[in-house]
Amino acid sequence: MSLIFPRKGLTAHPLNNSPDYRSTLKRAPSQPLILLPHMLSETTGPVFGHVAVSETDSDLTRHHAGEPLGERIIVSGRVLDEDGRPVPHTLIEIWQANAAGRYVHVKDQHPAPLDPNFTGAGRALTDAEGRYRFVTIKPGAYPWRNHHNAWRPAHIHFSLFGPSFLSRVITQMYFPGDPLFPFDPIFQSITEERARNRLISRFDLDTTQPEWALGYRFDIVLRGREATPTEEPHEH
Amino acid sequence: MSIEKPDGLTPSQTIGPFFAYGLTPRAYGRPELATEQVAGESVAGERIRIEGRVLDGDGEPVGDAMIETWQADSEGRFQAAGNAGFTGFGRAEATAEGAFFFETVRPGALPGPNGSRQAPHLAVSIFARGLLVRLATRIYFDDEPGNAQDPVLALVPAERRGTLIARRGADGVFRFDIRLQGEGETVFFDL
Ligand SMILES: [Fe+2]
Repeated sequence: MSLIFPRKGLTAHPLNNSPDYRSTLKRAPSQPLILLPHMLSETTGPVFGHVAVSETDSDLTRHHAGEPLGERIIVSGRVLDEDGRPVPHTLIEIWQANAAGRYVHVKDQHPAPLDPNFTGAGRALTDAEGRYRFVTIKPGAYPWRNHHNAWRPAHIHFSLFGPSFLSRVITQMYFPGDPLFPFDPIFQSITEERARNRLISRFDLDTTQPEWALGYRFDIVLRGREATPTEEPHEH
Repeated sequence: MSIEKPDGLTPSQTIGPFFAYGLTPRAYGRPELATEQVAGESVAGERIRIEGRVLDGDGEPVGDAMIETWQADSEGRFQAAGNAGFTGFGRAEATAEGAFFFETVRPGALPGPNGSRQAPHLAVSIFARGLLVRLATRIYFDDEPGNAQDPVLALVPAERRGTLIARRGADGVFRFDIRLQGEGETVFFDL
């Protein structure tokens, strides 16, 4: 199987030049990007086996002696390529704030409590059908200083590799119905509404476990399509 | 199983300022996926050290960046070729001063399009607060004669090419600074 990486779908991404998100102002490149034909360094990428992930890594509620505070949730879904085919055995890393909206990170100064039973970082590998599953705590919204009264909608950070350097992506998963969406310049940096909505997980009764935890589904689509004989091997 | 074509790619979002305990968690006592040590002692090839800083449009250090590298081994083979102790993947968190380093082996040359030859290089991703999409660049080496024929360097205007080339100091260390914006801005690629 050989994959190709068309550029057509890339319009889903935000532009780095998104001035409403103030941290972009001194960090977004001012020169145009240079179109890079895809060569070996781009079409290959790191592969992480089971050594990278321990059994409890995907259950963020079991990383300490006690149970963390907050609403226990199950976040699951599939990682797919642009054709809808599963991306098997690929690594997912997540990190998030606790139920009070506070990160363990030493630089987080939000005056909300840390939870001694919650760090908020996890890893998982997708299975042969591209499925993954995390158990965690629903993160809280948190303030930031981008503008007056700025609050981030609740989110979980996701980092994925996929099959190549080209499929690498870091993103954020949101929760349905968050009232902060219209005011968040990071979420709104994605200009296509349909693309934005793909970052919103959906509540799922099928993966909700009775007497235990709500289920949210979040499918992730990475770059890459299977090459077919009728297609050019490279699209520059 | 029928395959439904997805609506489109999952869009990128910023890594934000608080990724360290998730992605570069040395200080938090979690095991690291990858580090600045790209090649173990047993890996064949010329051992090299690359050092640099990530700087913003004012020349200020970017203290909340993550830099990842991806490379072939000294014979131009990628991970799957089974070079023990070598994944070809490096990951570093910039310090408060924006500084990073990698210790690895010098990669081999690679085939390029139309029978061309790519000079030895590392593929690099930069993630940071304020970057909504990762930036991609390459690190080449100033002592490689093959740079003159490299098909990617040839795509870059001559006056900006130097931003992709690490320079070896008297101490043997290669310097490679990443300027996100403005004067001497690093060349970034549209992938
Ligand atoms: Fe966040």
